Amino acid sequence: MCMTTEFEHLQAAHCENGVTTNLLRSAGATQLTEPLVFGIGSGLFYVQLPFLVINNGPAIAFRTMPGLIFKRTCDALGIPVFRKKFSSRETGKKYLDDCLAKGQPVGAQVGVYYLTYFPKEYRFHFNAHNMIVFGKEDDRYLISDPVMEIPTSLTEYELDRVRFAKGAFAPRGQIYYPLEKRIVSDEQVAKAIVKGIKRNVTHMLRIPGNVAGVNGIAGTGKKIKKWKDKLGDEKAGLYLAQLVRMQEEIGTGGGGFRYIYGAFLQEAHAFHPIDELLDISKIFTEAGDKWRTAAVQAAGIYKGRIGSQADYNVMGDYLIEISEIEKKAFKALSKIKWNT
Amino acid sequence: MKKEEIPQDDGALNKLTKEVVYAVDSSGKYSSELSTGWDVKTKALDLAWEDIEKRIEAARQKVLNNEASPILYFLELRLMDMGILAAYTGFWKWTIKNHLKPAAFKNLSQQKLQKYADAFNVSVEELKTMNVHDN
Repeated sequence: MCMTTEFEHLQAAHCENGVTTNLLRSAGATQLTEPLVFGIGSGLFYVQLPFLVINNGPAIAFRTMPGLIFKRTCDALGIPVFRKKFSSRETGKKYLDDCLAKGQPVGAQVGVYYLTYFPKEYRFHFNAHNMIVFGKEDDRYLISDPVMEIPTSLTEYELDRVRFAKGAFAPRGQIYYPLEKRIVSDEQVAKAIVKGIKRNVTHMLRIPGNVAGVNGIAGTGKKIKKWKDKLGDEKAGLYLAQLVRMQEEIGTGGGGFRYIYGAFLQEAHAFHPIDELLDISKIFTEAGDKWRTAAVQAAGIYKGRIGSQADYNVMGDYLIEISEIEKKAFKALSKIKWNT
Repeated sequence: MKKEEIPQDDGALNKLTKEVVYAVDSSGKYSSELSTGWDVKTKALDLAWEDIEKRIEAARQKVLNNEASPILYFLELRLMDMGILAAYTGFWKWTIKNHLKPAAFKNLSQQKLQKYADAFNVSVEELKTMNVHDN
């Protein structure tokens, strides 16, 4: 048995951006790129959830909740989406096979703990990874994992196991795909860009408290200054390492997604020839660079090269500075006069 | 980040793929580029794994000292928490908590042991002895 669908694999920094871009491109939205999808989906975020500990470290995210980028992009472009979870493995497998037989490439949510082609060091119980299943040859499913340079494959058993992984965000076999082919016009993309930017401004500037958005970044900065005393050197080092992993690991494009957002604003300029977009893009580059400088400082601490209270203060102050830089950038975005 | 500043260090991911990062060229224009890794984050991941190894070893000692059942060891070894183990076995969290006691573990039926063994991807024998041969 051999089933393949019309589909082009493009590598992306982040799995959800990549799946969204590749699925929607194959459904007719050929203008889409990873930065456009990230911006239209209002992907940029910052949050440190209070009182919550994940993998024995702070619960920090640099992007929006899993699943929202795909949903928002499809909504903004008027593309109807099919989405389904399954209570049994058998029906989940049959549904997928039927889609492939009809020539439909399918987005799938999976857990990475049993994802055999991932290196062991990356296999945690993280259940919000995304891939596209685009065909089947004998008992092997053809897989486009957007973070990889080339497509790969999984056996029926292997795909089953990751689709029905358990724990937080359990995928329950979830699959999704655009319901019909649609040619998306440049005007639609231009409108979607404005919507995405406005929503992102709200998320970063207008959430009260010091947990989320630009205030959240400064909030973490202030906390970091207390980590040495409160947690001790070893645990504080682990906390900083977790911050750096959330910020720089595969998927972020570097600098906690800030560079992808800078690229988005440059691409937005092609749809809205407003020169402020290019200037504000530079501010995001500055923010990303500062995040990476902070990561180098953090590494100095968790490698044990430095570690005085003054070193923690420098680290905390970097985040407070970044908060100001991003505040400036989003305020400038909020003031743009759109010609639509 | 400028293109020429993209780190090309070694990392665990390098066995699988290069990763996409975004960087600017000399005129300030963004494009996506490939990186083999960055030692700053490689060290962060190494540190997380050193911590996991310590937890696994501490759990093993607790089991050997008869302060906990082997379930504690496998929880750490498989990077699970009570919520994940509850989801894989179908047991309530408080039931699992009870099974973490060596005495309660000794009285478990073959059927319940098998559920734990399946969740941890080992045999019942390996579950009892903590003697695991992962491939």
